[in-house]
Amino acid sequence: MKKIINDPADVVSESLRGLAAAHPDLLRVQYEPDLVVRADAPVAGKVAVISGGGSGHEPLHGGFVGPGMLDAAVPGAVFTSPTPDAVQAAVTATTGDAGALLVVKNYTGDVLNFETAAELAAADGLDVRSVVIDDDVAVADSTFTAGRRGVGGTVLLEKITGAAAARGDSLDAVEALARKVIGQIRSIGVALTAPTVPHVGEPSFELADDEIEFGIGIHGEPGRERIKLEPADALVGRMVAAVVEDLPFGDGDRVLLFTNSMGATPLLELYLAHGIAERLLAERGITVERRLVGPYITSLEMQGMSLTLLKVDDELTELWDAPVHTAALRWRA
Amino acid sequence: MSCTANGVADAVRAAAAVLAEHRAELIELDRAIGDGDHGENMNRGFTAILSALDSAVPDSPSAVLKLVATTLIAKVGGAAGPLYGTAFLRASTAVGGASELDSDAVVAGLRAALEGVQARGKAVEGDKTMVDALIPAVAAAEQAAGTEGADVAAVLTAAADAAGKGAESTVDLVARKGRASYLGQRSAGHLDPGARSTALLLGALARAAR
Repeated sequence: MKKIINDPADVVSESLRGLAAAHPDLLRVQYEPDLVVRADAPVAGKVAVISGGGSGHEPLHGGFVGPGMLDAAVPGAVFTSPTPDAVQAAVTATTGDAGALLVVKNYTGDVLNFETAAELAAADGLDVRSVVIDDDVAVADSTFTAGRRGVGGTVLLEKITGAAAARGDSLDAVEALARKVIGQIRSIGVALTAPTVPHVGEPSFELADDEIEFGIGIHGEPGRERIKLEPADALVGRMVAAVVEDLPFGDGDRVLLFTNSMGATPLLELYLAHGIAERLLAERGITVERRLVGPYITSLEMQGMSLTLLKVDDELTELWDAPVHTAALRWRA
Repeated sequence: MSCTANGVADAVRAAAAVLAEHRAELIELDRAIGDGDHGENMNRGFTAILSALDSAVPDSPSAVLKLVATTLIAKVGGAAGPLYGTAFLRASTAVGGASELDSDAVVAGLRAALEGVQARGKAVEGDKTMVDALIPAVAAAEQAAGTEGADVAAVLTAAADAAGKGAESTVDLVARKGRASYLGQRSAGHLDPGARSTALLLGALARAAR
């Protein structure tokens, strides 16, 4: 394991210290329980949008705290969901009469801890709702798994619900919008190499030099199948097909295309893949109206990428275009 | 051992030692079919419990179990935090306010722990989870408690032995809950880390009781 760290046990808190130092105008960090909170929280009269999950996916979620997106992010240990008391602390720090929406990725640990936190907050008399995103088409949506995982779509969901909350939507409206987005967003990921969790010290899985994992989750946990590495045209074609055929997206649809690096895949390859995806979508009569390209939801230093498609309409593009000012996403602000 | 607050605290300390000793093994089991954090997370939780017990041992067995529960919920995270936390919380409620637990109370605690885990995690037998260790453990504990002269140690020993066998039985199963479920058929051939930690925990409690 080669990493720029001190003690594996302190990785998350030391990283948070650096995040706070880098963005004092946007956010503040609390420790024990660890929490990233908007510098000006709580914002009076506004629905708070809160998310969180295991660390190791940076800039998700702390990098998206700020005006136009998240009010708070709750980081757990690396690849481990945060505890209910930490989520509850985030609610307390940001939530007023307008209530809060918790954006939860469909992983067993995240769902259990956030649900428990929502119950605790309700007991305190706060109106706290949660939505669970499950956009990963790699996982069969059946009773034989824990259900589809929440992956790349989380970034777009946080931006859009954050924008709705910023324009003054009620909690009912923000929650309904979040459910609408979840209903029309799909993702697929692929891994070329494994990540190494600091406290484990060894790669999370073994892949031969010519093998890739198709349908990877954001913790390096596998999905569909292990296949031979193929040229980008074929691989991206396989990814686009998996996503498009799932919803399905079809001729005449307008979409937002998000091409994401899992951490170690460089922009050279990412833009290459993005170009192929745009071409393939155009061939299917699908119009890409908005794009996001870069490392936004990562798995430590895993090589690989994911594609996310969101079906958009005028309301969703308007919310996507709305001002945002966070450490990792910033436009028009 | 007497099943007083101090006795239960000693048993919990023994469990902490066993989980620390098996930290790497649990990480390795979880790395095969999950994301490799189970050993680290359990060790972090029980290390926090040790320091809580060092500052003060609560005054009843129920209160000790409650301290274990709240510490696990606050320190572990993942799925294991809420599931083990719920198990100890339900056990704490079920054993009642007695200053010393008898074998019936221990059985009631184990039964409540199982029901709590199933209520939270929605897993059934055969899903390849900690429930595959807990279900046979509770059945064995109930049977042992019905035997003439069975004490707490006998009940916990029966539970631990059955949990060990239950954990071993997960090797052949295909996971249907938790992160391992994403592996589908590829999850077969691996011991479930949650079932293994359950067996380790019960084993430590049983040895402490003898």
